Amino acid sequence: MSWFVPKTEKPAIPPEKAVWAVCPKCKSHFGKDAWKKAGGICPKCNYHGRLPVRARIALVADEGSFEEVFREVSYSDHLEFRDASGSYRDKVEAAIAKSGETESVVMGVCRIDGHPAMLGVMDFAFMGGSLGTGTGERIARACERAVAERLPLVLFCASGGARMQEGILSLMQMAKTSAAIAKLKEAGLPYISVLTDPTTGGVSASFAMLGDINITEPRALIGFAGRRVIENTIHQKLPDDFQSAEYLEKHGFIDKIVERKEMKDFIAKMLGYWGF
Amino acid sequence: MAKSAMDCVKLARDPKRPHLKDFIARICSDFTELHGDRLVNDDRALVGGFATIGGVKCLVLGHNKGATVEENMEANFGMANPDGYRKAMRLAKLAEKFHLPVVTFVDTPGAYPGREAEERGQAEAIAKSLEFFARLRTPVVVVVTGEGGSGGALAIAVGDRVLMLENAVYSVISPEGCAGILWRDGSKASEAAKALKITARDLKRLKAIDEIVPEPAGGAQTNHAAAAANVKKAVLKALRELAKVPVDQLVEERYSKLRALGNFYA
Repeated sequence: MSWFVPKTEKPAIPPEKAVWAVCPKCKSHFGKDAWKKAGGICPKCNYHGRLPVRARIALVADEGSFEEVFREVSYSDHLEFRDASGSYRDKVEAAIAKSGETESVVMGVCRIDGHPAMLGVMDFAFMGGSLGTGTGERIARACERAVAERLPLVLFCASGGARMQEGILSLMQMAKTSAAIAKLKEAGLPYISVLTDPTTGGVSASFAMLGDINITEPRALIGFAGRRVIENTIHQKLPDDFQSAEYLEKHGFIDKIVERKEMKDFIAKMLGYWGF
Repeated sequence: MAKSAMDCVKLARDPKRPHLKDFIARICSDFTELHGDRLVNDDRALVGGFATIGGVKCLVLGHNKGATVEENMEANFGMANPDGYRKAMRLAKLAEKFHLPVVTFVDTPGAYPGREAEERGQAEAIAKSLEFFARLRTPVVVVVTGEGGSGGALAIAVGDRVLMLENAVYSVISPEGCAGILWRDGSKASEAAKALKITARDLKRLKAIDEIVPEPAGGAQTNHAAAAANVKKAVLKALRELAKVPVDQLVEERYSKLRALGNFYA
């Protein structure tokens, strides 16, 4: 069949021309408008897709109540890191210029169904939601301010892990944020952690898993090591639902899987139970 | 003659380098290992027990890298499962109860990336460990002796004094892993190692560690006794200083140190 030459590369379709959206989990196709209308939630498998950070804030915080804090806290480049593609400084400055955000977590004081709270939302679109010194500093300051003002802390986590380009200082943010959260808990304040798709690596292995309750959305990816790394280590195939929200719930590590449209009310209900 | 970062990585991973068993044998006048996390398992990759070092009673914890393939198969190459971190916390709680300091020996390629590790909550165990050791009400002295492999290392490396052997390395990601992602070429590990600033000298400059412990010329593997003697001396000095600090102040100073990492204090 020499006339049949399989194409190895599909021509790239520029985003403006794409008419289909494909669910990353079940691979079903939907019209682009239909996907947008579904709010990024797959009508077939209920996979809760990634939300832009400001859209998430709008869904959680009472209208007009969100006052951003610590915006001036941004990255540091103590390593003066350079790799094959250039300097870290240029990379992150480009991310800032492109997105208008200044770090991978946005913090603010707000009300959630009337309950005052310190709300943080991680931004996967900003450097993969990676945990850098600026991210860690914002979270630590948020904890300290929450203690000072007797506010509960609510964090929406989403991350590919620690930010390599800040080296050991990124790793240390795991310890720094965990210590700050420990102090918040010692002060008797609630900490609700919402692990959204994807929450992995150094973020899973620090503040994301330290909530008084750890909750998530349907079919979110939550894990420590990457699937491929695990498969290459143990030389076995892993189940399809490995590291999914449902898998973690089955194994006892998730308090509740909450539908996106019920998330705000669920958080408010828990704060209400606890006297906050 | 300055060593490159990759030279240090090779020395840190050298099978002949002293490991936990060697340090325990040479530094502790006695060591009584205790087992189990009281949940599912006794993790052979993370060992703990009560000991005496230079007359000071303490708890010793450490990653258990072996010297031979057989030892490493048993000890999972020093890569702990969640069970190891939970054992460490259980034993450290006892040390706190009886006002004994904790001395940890860090030498791991990383936390084990296994299926059961994920199912038993590897992320949760490490996170819990960080929270736990940050607030532990007894002195904690950490010695990075070989490879400080990311979160799996950090889980027992939160302390009041962090010491590091001269040729040890401590990193957020392995040079090979970093090269694969940022250089798209796993063979560029040397460049990645250099860029990541993972040597003891780098870490001291970044204020991520407190003290560099010298090694005998050529590296610890050439003279286990001398290397262990240097570690013992540095550990005892740290324990002596920390014993004088009231525990409330100790925990607050530990928090201040963690808080300052990244140097944002306005």
